Amino acid sequence: MSSNPEQRPNLYALTWRLPIIFWQLIFFVGPVLFMVAMSFFLVKNYRMTEAFEFVNWSRMLTRGFFWDSYWYTIGIATLSTVCAMCIAFPAAFALAFRASESTRRWAIFLLIIPFFTSYLVRTFSWFVILSESGVVNAMLGYVGLGPYTMLNTNFGTLVGYMTLTLPLVVILQTVTMANIDKNLIEAARNLGCSPLRTIWQVIIPLSKTGLIIAAIFCFILSFGDFVAPFYLGGSQEPTLPILILDTTKSGQQWPRAAVVAIMMMVTLFAIAFTGIALAYRKGKGAK
Amino acid sequence: MKQSRSLNFILGIYVVLIFAFVFAPIIFSMIFSFNSQRFPTIPLGEFSTEWYAKVLADPDIWKAARNSLIVSCSTAVIATFLGFCTAYSDFRYNFRFKGPYLALILLPPTIPLIIMALAMLAWLAMLAWLSKIGMSGQLYSIIIAHSVLTAPFAMAVIRLRLNQMDPDLESAAWNLGGSEWQTMRHVIIPFCKPAIFSSLFLTAAVSFDEFAVSWFVSGLNSTLPVVVLEIVQGNIDPQVNAIGTFVFLTSMTLVVLAQLFFASRQIKGIQS
Repeated sequence: MSSNPEQRPNLYALTWRLPIIFWQLIFFVGPVLFMVAMSFFLVKNYRMTEAFEFVNWSRMLTRGFFWDSYWYTIGIATLSTVCAMCIAFPAAFALAFRASESTRRWAIFLLIIPFFTSYLVRTFSWFVILSESGVVNAMLGYVGLGPYTMLNTNFGTLVGYMTLTLPLVVILQTVTMANIDKNLIEAARNLGCSPLRTIWQVIIPLSKTGLIIAAIFCFILSFGDFVAPFYLGGSQEPTLPILILDTTKSGQQWPRAAVVAIMMMVTLFAIAFTGIALAYRKGKGAK
Repeated sequence: MKQSRSLNFILGIYVVLIFAFVFAPIIFSMIFSFNSQRFPTIPLGEFSTEWYAKVLADPDIWKAARNSLIVSCSTAVIATFLGFCTAYSDFRYNFRFKGPYLALILLPPTIPLIIMALAMLAWLAMLAWLSKIGMSGQLYSIIIAHSVLTAPFAMAVIRLRLNQMDPDLESAAWNLGGSEWQTMRHVIIPFCKPAIFSSLFLTAAVSFDEFAVSWFVSGLNSTLPVVVLEIVQGNIDPQVNAIGTFVFLTSMTLVVLAQLFFASRQIKGIQS
């Protein structure tokens, strides 16, 4: 069916192949490369001028506030990933091994719904629910607890991150574990392996690739989100996306924002590649 | 056996709790949208449609809704076209640099939106400066950016449909004397039709909700999510819940339509 790679593509083939190449080169590769170039530009009198200076880089990378923000963002995105993976696991385990095929399908369909609801509106909703006199504190008040301050804390930020990432992580984990050969689990149990040990030594190694991919997605989403840390975390400690926002919107300092953006992309690529390398390495546990 | 049953029960409750967490903000936002209190809490205030009345009376929101509609419809068409071309190329042809070719379309969703937003803003501003056309701040700059972001979804949906096609179908049409173009028109496009509709609705729904990139490149022509962002920045205003409920219903209608087309294509797939 597939044509020989060496064959010259005719007009018909090119009609289908070229649109995306042109479109993405102009509107995807172009912007990203331009952003890299922009990080060397200068801003004079609120206008960007073409240049090749390292001043933006040295300005940003020698400042304490940038590195504070950098490590804080990595830290909280990691925490978010660990939380999402741990919170999702029992649910995904139940959906993969204990639920029927149709229940699982319905559960996944329901978990897709949040992707099509406004994340902003959901965050705003949490803002109201978690506030000092909000629903959660009112309910805790009935049993004589609280009120607790949940907004403008890391807890608030994490609730926002979970809203964003948990549905995706549960879906990915469920699908991965549902694809495991059930006979292998049966075999482990029959050979006297305890349930917890089966999870640890059979299920997790077998679903390693999917689990790592879920974690990578979770990290990327948390790392790049500005809504949760801004509205629920109060941005006392600005994350990198908030830094980009502030630098772009208030100061017109696009080149410096570009420096932050490039640092973010480099970090994400490094983490994603390490993760993927780990995911596809032949594990000792599996096989 | 008994232990396993109680364990199942606990796991069941746990799954329900997870779903409660995921759906709590959506459901509360709907409840709050009909609640008279400005700072909603328990016990709830009276039933009121005050916020809806306020939203409907606001000309800025109508303008934003119109903008959103234009943006999501145009995005859907462009992204689905690009997605179809790429999916078909991937299905039919093997060529050099196919890996980078596919990466080109699949990469954008892995880059944080705020970075795409900054890059798009700067690039469009530069293009505008070069061409002396006011490109930034126009609706089509949002459409362009959204097409880049949603094309991968379109590609995935249509590629899945092409997977179900018997590869011999195309050659059979050629053997019967159809040209490549005729085969495309009479065999492949009709076969992909459900997926094409599915992709139109899906990409429209994604575009309808996207706010980060829209906010950066939109200028004065804001879309509905950007208006929400601007309201939220000011203060607590339950109008947001009313708009959110409306947006939710719109997106859900689109997703359900996409799902219906998806289901119909599977039935047809079994029949053929």
